Amino acid sequence: MEKRLIYLDNNSTTPTDPRVVDTMLPYFFQHHGNAASRSHPFGWVAEEAVDYAREQVASLLDVDSKEIIFTSGATESDNLALKGVFEMYSRKGNHIITTKTEHKAVLDSCTRIEKMGGEVTYLDVKEDGLVDLAELEAAIKPTTILVSIMWANNETGVIQDMKAIGQICEKHGVLLMSDATQAVGKIPVHPKEVGVHLLAFTAHKMYGPKGVGALYVCRKNPRVKVTAQMDGGGHERGMRSGTLNVPGIVGFGKAAEIAKNEMAQDAERLSRLRDRLEIALRGNLEEVYINGNTEHRMPHVTNLSFKHVEGEGLMMTFNQNIAVSSGSACTSASLEPSYVLVALGLGDDLAHSSIRFSLGRFTSEEDVDFAVQAITAGVNHMRDLSPIWEMYKEGIDVNSIVWESH
Amino acid sequence: MAYSDKVLEHFKHPRNVGTLDKNNKNVGTGLVGAPECGDVMRLQIEVDPATQTIVDAKFKTFGCGSAIASSSLATEWIKGKTIDEAVTINNMDIVEELALPPVKIHCSVLAEDAIKGAIKDYREKNGLTVDAEQVVATV
Repeated sequence: MEKRLIYLDNNSTTPTDPRVVDTMLPYFFQHHGNAASRSHPFGWVAEEAVDYAREQVASLLDVDSKEIIFTSGATESDNLALKGVFEMYSRKGNHIITTKTEHKAVLDSCTRIEKMGGEVTYLDVKEDGLVDLAELEAAIKPTTILVSIMWANNETGVIQDMKAIGQICEKHGVLLMSDATQAVGKIPVHPKEVGVHLLAFTAHKMYGPKGVGALYVCRKNPRVKVTAQMDGGGHERGMRSGTLNVPGIVGFGKAAEIAKNEMAQDAERLSRLRDRLEIALRGNLEEVYINGNTEHRMPHVTNLSFKHVEGEGLMMTFNQNIAVSSGSACTSASLEPSYVLVALGLGDDLAHSSIRFSLGRFTSEEDVDFAVQAITAGVNHMRDLSPIWEMYKEGIDVNSIVWESH
Repeated sequence: MAYSDKVLEHFKHPRNVGTLDKNNKNVGTGLVGAPECGDVMRLQIEVDPATQTIVDAKFKTFGCGSAIASSSLATEWIKGKTIDEAVTINNMDIVEELALPPVKIHCSVLAEDAIKGAIKDYREKNGLTVDAEQVVATV
């Protein structure tokens, strides 16, 4: 195989756009000041740069810059939003509603909240990955303080109907938070328009640097407050202490500006490439299934199951050249496949057979075509090795076999 | 995760991939694992009834690279051995040979079970008694 390295794992992290890197560089040495140093020009320059970046990020979401709290990333933002609301609104209630397909940063924060005396409802999702709105509404009770539903899923790319969810929350006077890590910068995300009060996201999924994220906290109608989870100097309006990561924030701002300008054309190009990948693979191979709703889906993502082939083994056939990620959890001690795919009602066998492809700004058509070739060869190799593919080909119903489970 | 060179070698060039006629009296088939667990291994042996020696072995595996390497190695090892010798192969021998990390030890267990399953099937087909000790050992 030709030596090429192709990155189709942009949902894990994106490369930092060189334009972003260029913008950041002066803030490491030349303008190295602490944005909280109010008494000298070094601090003033840093503060000005942070203010500008805050405007850039706010402008991407169409919110006020005072509503942006910089953090270390989406995990911290999720933690701050959930635990911060739970603590701040404890007199109003202790019940939080979320879904089974959320990122671990949300689910594990919820587990912690349960240990702290909170009550959490984990909604199932439908087969296509979407939340059942009637079920959501039915789960709201007088003690409910917060609904937390991710904007777009990291594994399947499925986009929730945030507008409808926002209307339900408004009707019942409940706060709505969304982990929009995978959506911000790639599709229009305007929390005010849809009634989202807290929104977590990060720079490194939108061609910005790692180690910097943000939480949008609505300041008007309603004025939302979160209890700080980090004690210290009272930075970020008292909601997140800690010296600001000035170069990171500057890069985040630039990434937001580029995303705002180029989002439409990037999305259009990537959805064409994604479709090209899907059509070619499904044309070359039998028994390939798309996981999740294909209509309400991020433009650059597809999650495919190659039946009767184990995902991690499959990846091994091409991972010298192509970076993707698998819903098979053969590397983890639990041996359980992706909980997100299982929540969609996929059998464990199909979940083990899944590969997530996430394209990005720097993916070319040649990359996709090369990947199609390599993956087709990989699936064929693995199917030649697979006893259950052989059974399937002989017409034996694999589900009728009583397996000895381990 | 980085795989050892031996795992990669077996994965890229698996030995003895294929299928033997399971209806042949001299063929024993071991099918272990489950699709839900992400691993299914089928290992088959063909035994010379006169010498009780494994003259051929084939496998097919649905699973990760380590599972495929473990079964490939298992077929290599048992060929030419008597069934009494083959049944003593321990999963830790496979772990050592392939330098499997702790999370992949179950792959070697599966390979050991597949060998034992194939031998058991051959013995049952041919009315050969299995001594009690070996039954305990396979549990």
